[in-house]
Amino acid sequence: MAWLIAMFSAISMSAVDLPDGVKVGDPAPDFNIRNIDNKRISLSTFKEAKGIILVFTCNSCPFSKKYEDRIINLHTKYAGKGWPVLAVNSNDSTISEEDSFSAMQMLASEHGYKFPYGLDETQTMAMKYGARRTPHVFLIQINNSKFTVTYIGAIDDNANDPSKVETRFVENAIDNMIKGEPVEPSITKAIGCTIKWRNH
Amino acid sequence: MESRLKEGKDTVYIVNFWATWCKPCVKELANFDRVARENQDNAVRVLLVSIDDKSTLNTTVKPFVQRQDLQAEVLMLDELKPHVWIDRVDSSWSGAIPATMLVQTSTRRREFFEQEFSYVELNNKLSDFLKGTP
Repeated sequence: MAWLIAMFSAISMSAVDLPDGVKVGDPAPDFNIRNIDNKRISLSTFKEAKGIILVFTCNSCPFSKKYEDRIINLHTKYAGKGWPVLAVNSNDSTISEEDSFSAMQMLASEHGYKFPYGLDETQTMAMKYGARRTPHVFLIQINNSKFTVTYIGAIDDNANDPSKVETRFVENAIDNMIKGEPVEPSITKAIGCTIKWRNH
Repeated sequence: MESRLKEGKDTVYIVNFWATWCKPCVKELANFDRVARENQDNAVRVLLVSIDDKSTLNTTVKPFVQRQDLQAEVLMLDELKPHVWIDRVDSSWSGAIPATMLVQTSTRRREFFEQEFSYVELNNKLSDFLKGTP
């Protein structure tokens, strides 16, 4: 058994069998999901907001757990500025029991979520957006009743240690939008858990 | 990693990205290990690249690997900025794990899969990849 330091450099090709989803600049697809309070949520729920911090997350994923406090903090910091969090769980609970609707309700109440936590039962919302992992953030800016995707990616650049974060991608993006400045970078990647697709 | 892949130019490397905290990854490790053992005499090597938090190497990752009794070579990724290195592995990779890459340096062939593998699926992918080898 060898322990090596790994470095990567690669040119790439690939196979993808899930839909690509939305790109930055695209209109945000509408959705209809069930919130933990049993009310339905769609884009129109947010028509008074300036934007939505949409986070595909779940109960079970260790990376979602690492980011849970940071997601709560995003809502605390930005809801008052017109940018609430919308957390969405798209995992199939027959594959991942911890991600059932009742488990979501329990987690949100125990951890004091002040934002909606919706269940994407049909997984169509995750498909439409092209969410591939948890957590996976999509920032949606709202202008004159138009909903536009302005950022796709990671919350920040250090999942394991919040004290060592150098770049807060989501906060920087929202701050820039509030100032009317461009979002850069508008796409980032991060390690995460796969979304647990039905029949996959 | 790049230098490790160049050590055996004609070798087909199966590079699996996993972590101890990732349930589907842990579930499929045995499949990769079986393929590694069955292909010891062929020019096929399995590299299991852990992306666990580096600070847990001695406390979590090493004990885990010893318990699993893995024959395949295990590496630990030593990179800090996932938004940089994920794209360098493969631009189609969202960063979700498990993820697996088949690569042969001499022919510059590579295939990337963001999915779980059963033993049969992995063996089939490997056979297809080997058939494409000159």
